[in-house]
Amino acid sequence: MFESADTPRGILKVYLGYAAGVGKTFQMLADGRAAAQRGVDVVVAYFQPHARPDTIEQAQGLEVVPHRKIEYRGKTFEEMDTEAVLNRNPSIALVDELAHTNIPGSARTKRWEDVQVLLNSGIEVWTTMNVQHIESLNDQIWQITGIQVRETVPDGIVRQAAEIVAVDVTPEALLNRLKRGAIYKPEMVQKALTGFFKGSNLGALRELTLRQAAHEVDLRQSAYDETSGFQVPRISEARPSGATDNQPKERILIHLTADPSTAMLIRRGRRVADYLRADCTALFVHQTPELSQLPPEERQAVEKHLRFARSLQIETRILGGKDIAKTLVDFARQNQVTQIFVAHSQIGLLERLRRKNFTEDIVRLAQDLQVTVVADRSRRPGF
Amino acid sequence: MRVSELPKPSPERLLKQVQAEENKRWGAKLKIFLGYAPGVGKSYRMLDEARRRHERGEDVVVGAVQGQQSEDLQALLRKLEVIPPLQTSEGQTIDLDAILRRAPQVCVIDPLAAQNAPGSRHSYRWQDVQELLRNGISVLSSVNLLHVQEYKEKVQAITGKNTTETIPKSFLLAADDIVIVDVPPDLCLSRQGEKLTSTGISNSQERKLSELRELALLLTAEVVDAQLESYVHAHGIEPVFGTHERFLVCMTPHSNALAMIESGQRNKERFQGELYAVYVCERGRSKRERVTIRRYFDAAKKAGASTEVLESDDPISAIVELAREKRITQIFIGHSNRNSWRDRVFGDPVLRLIREAEGIDVRVFPH
Repeated sequence: MFESADTPRGILKVYLGYAAGVGKTFQMLADGRAAAQRGVDVVVAYFQPHARPDTIEQAQGLEVVPHRKIEYRGKTFEEMDTEAVLNRNPSIALVDELAHTNIPGSARTKRWEDVQVLLNSGIEVWTTMNVQHIESLNDQIWQITGIQVRETVPDGIVRQAAEIVAVDVTPEALLNRLKRGAIYKPEMVQKALTGFFKGSNLGALRELTLRQAAHEVDLRQSAYDETSGFQVPRISEARPSGATDNQPKERILIHLTADPSTAMLIRRGRRVADYLRADCTALFVHQTPELSQLPPEERQAVEKHLRFARSLQIETRILGGKDIAKTLVDFARQNQVTQIFVAHSQIGLLERLRRKNFTEDIVRLAQDLQVTVVADRSRRPGF
Repeated sequence: MRVSELPKPSPERLLKQVQAEENKRWGAKLKIFLGYAPGVGKSYRMLDEARRRHERGEDVVVGAVQGQQSEDLQALLRKLEVIPPLQTSEGQTIDLDAILRRAPQVCVIDPLAAQNAPGSRHSYRWQDVQELLRNGISVLSSVNLLHVQEYKEKVQAITGKNTTETIPKSFLLAADDIVIVDVPPDLCLSRQGEKLTSTGISNSQERKLSELRELALLLTAEVVDAQLESYVHAHGIEPVFGTHERFLVCMTPHSNALAMIESGQRNKERFQGELYAVYVCERGRSKRERVTIRRYFDAAKKAGASTEVLESDDPISAIVELAREKRITQIFIGHSNRNSWRDRVFGDPVLRLIREAEGIDVRVFPH
């Protein structure tokens, strides 16, 4: 009702950090205030009601669209009032916490879905998120921190952003803020210090954020260069081999199954494809004559994985075949795939003796193709 | 066991160790704010931190500031004690003796990469900074990517700007803290007086700045990675895996090592990662095999790989051990197309590697 075909989509800008308290919201509000002072029509569409005093100060003078109050299990929760923001129709809407999951009873499940509604109606959105909320990084975050992040944002949403800004602070300064009680309430601080904020976690997440930001900047440069024909001036020795950019395009094929490890495989495939600028396809091979003959549980798991792959902009295919490994490898050969991604299935000694490991079958069959056996990142190496 | 290349501490780590030991007694720390171009707001971030520390009760003085100051900066400076630099006919030098006499906890020295006037105690300002640190005074400073020696040429090629005032990159790696002040190129240009464009890259000027921005982000990531490694060493805790892509190519005389090295180089460039190449010595190699291996080593070095030679009767275990030590995220190995008695006894080495390299991706290359 608010959209029209000729409304250009709104621009998205993301402030990327590595933990609560690094100053993402502060920076977004400060930039919003500067824009408002230039005469741009900026509103705060969502902003944590229990924000820190410094942050609240930054919001002073900015128009705030009242939040929507939702009753859930006897408590009142505040969510962004997307309809009210649409009615207000500002040039720029500031929306804190892109990865947030709305309280049941809201019109949409995720805040990033609300943000899509705003963008579709032509409103520019500035928002905040942490690196650990990027879907394809989920397993790496687990491997590094031992923490399972549940609220994630699909990579494609982040990719829509015209601009990503890294908000950096040293872990030491962040820990000082935490200890001063500037991030969480005092009773929460001890828990944070032994959990997410402990030891090397912050440094590792910070490094990931900086690398992710550099990668996002790089992708946007390539996009600009493709349309404008821009060429970066380079010093002669910057690229000694010279030829590496003229390689044929890589094609990655992900072997999709009902096994839970498939989610990890899809995320890793997405990430590698992104960096190598490769095409990415996920293939499910069923042994039954018809897909509908799969046992219901397996079928549900496969469908879940197919949907997940599509949500990360991976093309999905389904083929029937008695010999799964052979069908997969044949498909790869016919479609000029350069790398097959398979999960490493853990097997017992008995199966090993019987040589029934599927992963190993593929490695043996695909002697003319590259096969990447993706590690199970839920097992932290060596420990 | 390593034969050819014993692990040597890098110059950066040595420098850091020396500096850490020098400062330990006093707890003085160097914090650097890095920006990719003028106008990102480094000086503001730095002085704002100085103000906050002052308001929280730390004893802060300003020893040097950039030439021209915006209104915002002037407002911050009015809240802080300033020790004016010495003026000579040849230029400015910070008043080191006055600062040392005043002995504050924290001193702001901005910018870091400046040359002192002839006749000063030190030729470079970063040497003044070292003297302050040695005397237990913490320093807040800022630097622009152009002024980092190793980046000077690249920045010059992109922007056409040149400088004679630089600091070595090792100085950044040895700092206690580094913070990147990241701002989109359009905002950066608007602070230099250009008209503000829409969000994202809209013209070639912004595109060029974006290139510098990427370099500065990656440089900061590198410093953070080095800090993480020292933290891990100092605390004797498990190394952190997976913050950075690191590729390890396993070279054998009968694998397609050249293809693996080439792919490794491409991956290294695309992921802004690191490349390693390893060869495990086995007894009974023919002369011809040794020549082949030497050729692979040359190719690996040319591709920018760090090379390692290991000696072991159990190559797979040796490779896995090295991979853990180097925090490798992906191992490249070739199919071996010969069926030796070893393989029949111990099983296909490729399959064994896949089983044993837990937590690390294994990419198997065709022969």
